[in-house]
Amino acid sequence: MAVMEGEWRVLESGRGELIQPFDLDEFREWNRTKKTRKLTDKRMSEQEAISRFVYDGCYIGTELYGTVRCPMSLARELVRQGKKNLRVCGQGVLELDLWLSAGLVKKLDITYIGLEVYGTSSALRRAVESGQVVTCVEWSNGAISWRMKAAAMGVPFLPTRSMLGTDTFHYSAAKLVADPFTGAIVALLPALILDVALIHVHRADQYGNAQIEGISGFSAEMARAAKRLIISAEEIVSTDEIRKYPERTIIPYYLVDAVVHAPYGSHPGEMAYIYGRDEPEIKAWVEASKTAEGAQAYLDKFVLGVKDHFEYLKLIGEDKLKACVELREKRY
Amino acid sequence: MPDPTYTKTELMICVAARLFEDASTCFIGTGIPMLAAMLASKTSAPNLVPVFEFGGLGALLEELPRAVGEARTFHKALAASGICDTMETAQRGFIDYGFLGGAQIDPYGNLNSIVIGDHDHPKARLPGSGGGNDVGSHSWRTVAIMQHDTRRFVQKLDFITTPGFLSGPGAREAAGLPRGTGPIAVVSTLALMDYDPVTCRMRLKATHPGVTIEEVVANTGFELIIPDKIDANLAPSAEELRLLREEIDPEKLYI
Repeated sequence: MAVMEGEWRVLESGRGELIQPFDLDEFREWNRTKKTRKLTDKRMSEQEAISRFVYDGCYIGTELYGTVRCPMSLARELVRQGKKNLRVCGQGVLELDLWLSAGLVKKLDITYIGLEVYGTSSALRRAVESGQVVTCVEWSNGAISWRMKAAAMGVPFLPTRSMLGTDTFHYSAAKLVADPFTGAIVALLPALILDVALIHVHRADQYGNAQIEGISGFSAEMARAAKRLIISAEEIVSTDEIRKYPERTIIPYYLVDAVVHAPYGSHPGEMAYIYGRDEPEIKAWVEASKTAEGAQAYLDKFVLGVKDHFEYLKLIGEDKLKACVELREKRY
Repeated sequence: MPDPTYTKTELMICVAARLFEDASTCFIGTGIPMLAAMLASKTSAPNLVPVFEFGGLGALLEELPRAVGEARTFHKALAASGICDTMETAQRGFIDYGFLGGAQIDPYGNLNSIVIGDHDHPKARLPGSGGGNDVGSHSWRTVAIMQHDTRRFVQKLDFITTPGFLSGPGAREAAGLPRGTGPIAVVSTLALMDYDPVTCRMRLKATHPGVTIEEVVANTGFELIIPDKIDANLAPSAEELRLLREEIDPEKLYI
C-alpha cells in the first residue's frame, strides 16, 4: 500500500463509547500538583481509603483479578460503602461479581468477567441482560492493558494488531488507521486514565513503595495510569527492607495515595508464595451467585454482615486460612 | 493399548495433546487447553514452553492451573513477567501456537465468547474476549478445542470475538492481521478438523473411534468439507488415561 504524506485518516471507528475520555495535559498537571513527592505515611484502613478516594460515578479498576492477587478486602469495603454508578474496566472474577451483584456498576470496558474453571458469571449475565449495566464496550486483555500502558507512557494511544477484522473491534472504542510509515493497518487504542485503581501486593512500606512476587499482571501499567491508587499489602515492611531489593519495587511511592495493611487481602483467592486458593469459599460464591437471592444472601453474610476485613477473616476462621497457607505455591 | 472406559472429553484432550509440537511456545487458555498442554508435556512434548497471558513463561506443569494467572502458571517457570510482555511477545512473532476454547465456531474458524443474540440486548452475556482475541490474532497457528454440537458449530456467529480466517481467503491479511497466521485445527468431542487450503473452510480430517462421518455432519451446523480420505484418531492409551486421571485432573474438575 502506498503511503502518502498527510494521509493519515481514520478508516473505521469502533461503535463503542469512550466511557473515560482523557486529557494528557490535565493528567500531567494532576501528577504535578496532586501527587506528593514527599515521603509521607499513607497507611490507613480500608474504610478510610475507599471513603477518601472512591466516589459515585468514578472510573475504577482492580488488578489482577478475582482469584489471584486481587484486592478483595478493598472490593468488599467498596460494597459496604455502596459507591455506585461505577464505570469499571474488567477483567474480573469474584471482585466484579460482588460489585455487579450489589448493583454498583453502570458501564463496563469489558475484557473478561467470568468464573474461569466454573464457567460464565451469573452476576454478569443478570446485570447485563437486565440492562442494569447500560454499556459494555469490548476489548481484548492485551488491548485494555496497552490502553493503560499508553496512559503510563503519557501518550494518547498505542497501535496494535489485536482486534482487527472482528466484532471485538466493532464494539470497542478503538480506531482503525493505515500507519503513515508502512501503510499497515493498525487499531489505535485510546489511553485509559483511571480515576481510581486498587492493587494488592505482597509488601509495601508506609509510603507506598510496593513489591510483588511472581507474575506482575498489569500492575505496573495500571499503577501508572491511575489518578488515585490504593495499595493493599499482605505485609507492611520498613523502608530499609524495600531498599534491600529495590529492583522488586514495581510501584514506587509517589504513585500511591493510600496503603492498607490487608493480610489475606486476596482471600478467597490466592497470593503466590503466601497462601493458596480457598476452593470451598470460591465454590460458595459460584453456587450462591446462581440466583439474585443467593448472591444477596452471600453479600449479607460475607460483605455487609461484617464491619471490616478483620471481622471477615474471623468469620472465615483461622483453620480455613491456615489450610490456605498449606496450599501455597512454594519456592524451590 | 486402548482402554475402553474413556469419556468423550478425555478422548478430546488426548487428540489435542498429540497436536502439541515439542520445544514450541504455546499460549494456553483456561480449561481444556490446560489439560491438553499438561498431557503433551508429560508425553510427546516434554520441552513445551507454555505461555500464560498474565506472565507465566515456561512453567513446569506439575499441577493443573485453575486460572490463567494463578501460581501454577509460573510454577518453577523460566520467567514470570506481565501481560504486556506476553502479548507483545506474541505480537512480534514469538508464539508458535495458541490453544483456545469458545462458545461458538463458524466454518472459517472464527470464535465467539462475547454474546448470544444481539450485543446490546443479549440473550446470554458470555465472559468476553479475555486474551482470546490477542491469541487468535498473533499466534502463528491456533487450535480450537470445543464440544461438538449444532449450537456450537454454527454457520454464522452472533459475534466474532476471535479471528479465524474471518470471511475467507486473504481476509486476515486484508484486515491487517499478521501475515501467515491463522487457525490450523479444531479438536472436538467427535473429530479432528483442519481447513481447506484454498477456501479456508473447515474440513473433516479424522473421526474419533466409534464416531461415524454422518454423526459429525449431523452435529455440525454448517456444511463441513468431507474429503475422500478421512483418518481415524487413536483411542486414548492406558498411559494417557492414567496420566489424565491420576496426575493431571485427580479432582475431576474437567474430566
